[in-house]
Amino acid sequence: MSARLRVDFIACKGRGLCAEALPELITLDDWGFPIVSGQPVPSRLLPDARETVCACPLLALRLEYHSQLSQ
Amino acid sequence: MLSAVSPGLGARPSSVGVPGALPRLLPGGPASLKGHLARYGPLPRPGPGRENQTALIAEIDRAGLTGRGGAGFPTGRKLAAVAAGRAPVVIGNGTEGEPASAKDKVLMARSPHLVLDGAVLAAQMVGASRAVIVAHRDVRDILGQTAAERRRARLDRVGVTVRAAANRFVGGEASAVVRWVEHGVPAPTATPPRLSDRGLGGRPTLVQNVETLAHLALIARYGAPWFRSVGTPAEPGSMLVTVLGAVREPCVLEIAIGTPVGQVLDLAGGPAAPLQALLLGGYFGAWVDAAQAAGRPFSAAGLADLGAGTGAGLIAALPAGACGLAETARVIRYLAAQSAGQCGPCRFGLPAVASELERIAERRTADPDLLRRWLGQIDGRGGCAHPSGAVRLVRSALRVFGAELSQHAAGSCSGTARVLPVPPPGPR
Repeated sequence: MSARLRVDFIACKGRGLCAEALPELITLDDWGFPIVSGQPVPSRLLPDARETVCACPLLALRLEYHSQLSQ
Repeated sequence: MLSAVSPGLGARPSSVGVPGALPRLLPGGPASLKGHLARYGPLPRPGPGRENQTALIAEIDRAGLTGRGGAGFPTGRKLAAVAAGRAPVVIGNGTEGEPASAKDKVLMARSPHLVLDGAVLAAQMVGASRAVIVAHRDVRDILGQTAAERRRARLDRVGVTVRAAANRFVGGEASAVVRWVEHGVPAPTATPPRLSDRGLGGRPTLVQNVETLAHLALIARYGAPWFRSVGTPAEPGSMLVTVLGAVREPCVLEIAIGTPVGQVLDLAGGPAAPLQALLLGGYFGAWVDAAQAAGRPFSAAGLADLGAGTGAGLIAALPAGACGLAETARVIRYLAAQSAGQCGPCRFGLPAVASELERIAERRTADPDLLRRWLGQIDGRGGCAHPSGAVRLVRSALRVFGAELSQHAAGSCSGTARVLPVPPPGPR
């Protein structure tokens, strides 16, 4: 099952922790808000991605699994 | 100019497409209940059971009705999704926060009963016991009086209330309308949950534009084949359009979908000056070259390869004497101020884009690279479509007015006319 990162931009306040924790998949825009790719998270990075999701102090980062996306 | 598009003044019938078939939504004459019923016939009364609901929804589906608020989502599918939930609610969205658009206000002023018919029928189709109409403040009283008239006549089995809409562009976004009704805050909420799952008071909520509801009321009366007798097979029916800018008679019209753009301009009195470009759809729409668009059908299919669509039915004509880049800069500055400010890329990105566009329009730079970089960083990154809509408009401006960038650099742009209405900045 593939998973994708998704940002809840209403909740996100641009603290930037996620980009530091997971630079392979998350960069910041010119105002400090995360840019995530819409591509599936490679399986080797899934554990890191899960940890990063939990590390967001505002719970603004999510992992969405494929079955959720195709609803 | 714009005053001619105010409710009840600028609307006039048209008869494009099938003779005698239009206008459907904008009749002449009084908007009283008696006049309304004499013109359209009695409101269909669907029986209670689930089968009756399903049959009516299937008829809307067959009609091919899509949302007229700008997004164009199939109405039948939305009805079915909400009908599947428990104790749903219906909201008629007449916010029309877009300053250039007048079609919903004209509809609500001219045919308030048709809008309420649609709200009541939609409620019956999904099994809701109440409906709320959120109406632009200019027409709120008209709808309130109309609802009272129906209550006195004991016409409806569904409770209908009317609320004044938030006076803000983003306040018309579906989840923002729900939040406005519930908490008085005109700002979008995060998805998921979808409104059809959890909206007003946690109930499944159907949010439909008021024009969509008016069409729905007529399909329930006359059936899907009648609805499909105008328009194109892929995009059936009629739609309301607001025509403004450099035309002789700015107005709201009802056209068959697919009517050539040039013909729509002629129905508004024709161009008042040589035209260079048209803004189609709305402030989340797209600029197109006027000559290129004139022969095109006003439909999603007819405009797709120009990067445009029908959106909320806006057609704004830009005369040769105006600067499209300056016009776009003014609109983006307005949209930036109208952001709910909840999401970073929208809150910080739109003002940055507005400033960069102003620099280009004022000939302080001719290099759109930074602008393009920011557009890429804003697109698709918000809780609602506000930032993406603004990005779409700017990208179309770069496409259509790109040649003017070099003229701006050479200092030869002399466009000063202002065409698009943008309210002055006010308190949030």
